[in-house]
Amino acid sequence: MSNSPDTPSDLSRRNVLRAAAAAGLMAVPAAGALAGCASSTPSSSTAGGAKGADNPFGVADSSTVNVVVFDGGLGTEYAEKDKGIFTTKHGKVTVNLGKTQKIKTEEQPKFSTTPSDLINNSGADAMSTDVLVNENAILDLTDLLDAPTWEGSGTVRDSLLPGTVNDGTYNGKFYTLKYAYTVWGMWYDAALFEQKGWQAPKTFDDFFALAPKIQAAGMAPFVVDNKHGYYPRWHILATIWKSAGKQAAIDIDNLKPNAWKADGVLAAVSAIEKIVKDKLILPGFFDHTQSQQAHLDHKAAFIQLGTWYKNEMAKTLPANFKLTLSDYWSVSSADKAPNDVFAGAGEDWVVPAKAPNAAGAKEFLRAMLSVEGAGQFASLTDSLSSRKGSGDKVSDETLASANTLMKNAPKDLISWRFPDYYADFDKESQNQSEELMAGRLTAQGFIDKMQAMADKIAADSSVKKQTRSS
Amino acid sequence: MRHGKARFVTGFLAIPVILYLYYVIWPFAQAAGYSFTDWGGYSDRPPGFVGLGNYSRLVKDELFQTAFWHNVFFLITVPLLTIALALFFAFLLNVGGRGNRAGVQGVWGSGLYKVIFFFPQVLSLVVIAVMWQQIYRGDGQGLINNLLIKLGIVDPQNPVTFTADPQPFLGIPAVLWWLLLIAIWGGVGFYMVLFSAAMQSIPKDIFEAALLDGAGPIHTFFRVTLPLLRDTVSVAWVYLGFIALDMYALVYVMTPSQGGPNHTSEIFASVLNFTAFSKGEFGYACAMGVALAVFALLLAAVQLRITRRERIEF
Repeated sequence: MSNSPDTPSDLSRRNVLRAAAAAGLMAVPAAGALAGCASSTPSSSTAGGAKGADNPFGVADSSTVNVVVFDGGLGTEYAEKDKGIFTTKHGKVTVNLGKTQKIKTEEQPKFSTTPSDLINNSGADAMSTDVLVNENAILDLTDLLDAPTWEGSGTVRDSLLPGTVNDGTYNGKFYTLKYAYTVWGMWYDAALFEQKGWQAPKTFDDFFALAPKIQAAGMAPFVVDNKHGYYPRWHILATIWKSAGKQAAIDIDNLKPNAWKADGVLAAVSAIEKIVKDKLILPGFFDHTQSQQAHLDHKAAFIQLGTWYKNEMAKTLPANFKLTLSDYWSVSSADKAPNDVFAGAGEDWVVPAKAPNAAGAKEFLRAMLSVEGAGQFASLTDSLSSRKGSGDKVSDETLASANTLMKNAPKDLISWRFPDYYADFDKESQNQSEELMAGRLTAQGFIDKMQAMADKIAADSSVKKQTRSS
Repeated sequence: MRHGKARFVTGFLAIPVILYLYYVIWPFAQAAGYSFTDWGGYSDRPPGFVGLGNYSRLVKDELFQTAFWHNVFFLITVPLLTIALALFFAFLLNVGGRGNRAGVQGVWGSGLYKVIFFFPQVLSLVVIAVMWQQIYRGDGQGLINNLLIKLGIVDPQNPVTFTADPQPFLGIPAVLWWLLLIAIWGGVGFYMVLFSAAMQSIPKDIFEAALLDGAGPIHTFFRVTLPLLRDTVSVAWVYLGFIALDMYALVYVMTPSQGGPNHTSEIFASVLNFTAFSKGEFGYACAMGVALAVFALLLAAVQLRITRRERIEF
């Protein structure tokens, strides 16, 4: 057989396969990665319209606003309602509502050219806010805060729940509107507890005293989602805050030397370690919905997560299950902030710096923050909106338990920033939280690893540092 | 005539080649260009040129090295085990049956087996991963755990956690073995069909001659079938090589925190994804992509070189 490559007869099946294999080997694993880096040319932006009291950003008539909403636990129906509210004032403006779970996959490639105007940056595939801020890829939304509310009374800033402005502020500028107001804590079935005569614990000691009774009833006291490290991390960080206090948390966020060694941090992590060591966790390995379903099936008495729980599990929530939220447990009488509640605005909405219709995007946010929009959100999702009073007209018991928790909360809210500030720290803290909950890491080991990571980032001059003062 | 043919071929090829250059090769070239910069990926801020900085960082990056060795693990095991199993099945289905008057044939019901084995190939990798999540479920409701618990092999208080288990088995984190099992399960059917086709193109009289000479199935396989399938196996090896270098969908769907627990299932693609999209270091991520591409090309070249031999004509 001839080995000369230019005789057509040599184009046999094997040679073709072979050449294709070589090309494929290079292309397949690398193609997505390489092509993802490619850029293209930007397009122009939409001209502005006349500004006025009812149109503070000057949305141009007959312009188009492209809104992308995250199709997750909160659903997308509320955004449809907001679109309706928006068009009552701007009937000539077209709103295109895109729905996806792949925010980063679909939106990032468009960022440097023609991005969507308004993006609900949420979910497992969200874009890192610190990266967006550092790259100047999103707009400062301070003018939204200073604009009049949709109803025209007062400013948007004054109509927001505490923490909303602060949590959306990076380097002194307001970049992200966090629209859903989430309260985190320990969930239990109040009907079951009443029937059994159990009291929802307020402290870890209460919990450890109650645990044998729960186990005697054939349930595990606690269940954990250990597939997503940020789930157990909420628990750990909230407990650290209660135990060690706000200043310790600020020091940790600011990467102060030995911040993780502060009084109260070890006690907090040790309390959580004790849940693992005493085998109070439902055996097995669960992701979020599996652990939540186990809780709804009365396999475990407590689970910790935020107020999207009910909406996420609405389809399988048993009718007689009185889903009730209680505060995270405090560690001991030495706790510095035992009553602080872990709550805050989440569900980021950002406007890309190159958004063709930024005015339209801001106006859409203003419509979302209207009394009607926020009220619709609360009744559709059983979650609070970051607009004050969104839950006033909702008669849901679960939402009421969250409302009660908020009403009794002190002014300070538990809020951690380091996972948003530093992607490496985010990853490491998730990984080590999983290790702690799997019983492969001690409380002391957890703290040592966190301190080591903080020191590493602090010493790395290539990482842009961020700080918080409050 | 010859001249006209060339023009004809060129005319037809020009447009696809231009499209290919613009949409495939040009992005590759751009990525290679970005790998020398500190571009962040979300803005068009002019990226700073850092020369080979990203590449020297790559050599020192512990996470990248961990990922490299995990990919090497797959690179060795995925082709080896998939090809071995596929050859075994193909042999049984085509020539493994009892030799009798009808000549060489496969085992009874081989037509049905072929369909069953090929079945995973029609599912997308993500669907496979989602399905295996149920099989690997980490409590008594999981398919495997349920069975093992009922048989009394596994303690219900301590079920197998599969892809969340970092404990080493033969020095390799258990999570990688469990992922390997899925990759092999998903790949075997296709290569079985490929090898079956190749085996059917081997003339039956060769097998019959071996049979007459008193060769058993094992001898027939190693002395006759395998040498005659050399080219096909070699191609399969290269294909499986790039599956092993990818593995991203499985890691992404199946493992905690995408590459966990605690980095024990990190691979090239998961580190690259984290670097580009979570850390916003596109320049550095591009360097990883280029390194991966160069590694893959070298591997393919070496592989094809080693297996090149005289062909047997039949």
